[in-house]
Amino acid sequence: MSEPWEDDELDGPVRKFMYVNRRAPYGTIYALESLEVVLIAAAFEQDVSLVFMDDGVYQIKKGQNTEAIGVKNFSPTYRALEGYDVEKLYVEKESLESRGLTADDLVVPVQVVDRNQLAELMEEQEVILSF
Amino acid sequence: MPMLHTVNKSPFERRTLDTALRHAVKGSGVLLIEDAVYAAFEGTVVAEKVRAALGDLKIYVLGPDIAARGMSEKQVIDGLEVVDYGGFVDLVTEYDKVQSWL
Repeated sequence: MSEPWEDDELDGPVRKFMYVNRRAPYGTIYALESLEVVLIAAAFEQDVSLVFMDDGVYQIKKGQNTEAIGVKNFSPTYRALEGYDVEKLYVEKESLESRGLTADDLVVPVQVVDRNQLAELMEEQEVILSF
Repeated sequence: MPMLHTVNKSPFERRTLDTALRHAVKGSGVLLIEDAVYAAFEGTVVAEKVRAALGDLKIYVLGPDIAARGMSEKQVIDGLEVVDYGGFVDLVTEYDKVQSWL
């Protein structure tokens, strides 16, 4: 008997999943763990949105070079998300501004939204996971 | 030399840097490592606080942690000194003791 996740015909409900990333990369494991879970949800063809706010905006900062700290640079993986149909990437405007960053500093194209717009997007979701 | 204070938490998420700066006496050193390196750049909401602390303290920032995070040494606040791992070791030996604010 095949497992449910092996069934090509599986036609389960598609839910709106939002992943809220609020931590900087490398200092803690949260950013990497979130990315792993996002890829899992994408494999199940769910309706996935990613949010980068607070220190989470640093996860997608351009130019990361981890050679000297001996840790894997996982920032290129965010550019691969498009291939998994994960295309709704939102970045909170206020978080960028307080860190002196702009959308040009980021490795992927994103939608910059303000705090109120983000709150509305959160209201539209069925499942929200915060990292 | 007095004490070297190391700080490793983001100044946007935790109060560790504030606490370290408040408890560092004149002439002390503060070394920003790991996520604390985000405190070292111009254009952020914490830059003014760091700049103000330079009057009494020497502030260092670890270069490899800057590079890992895709931040630029060119954006480091004037007066801060970027050090590498060898420089980190030198600081530990130059100062009398080290306090790690975790």
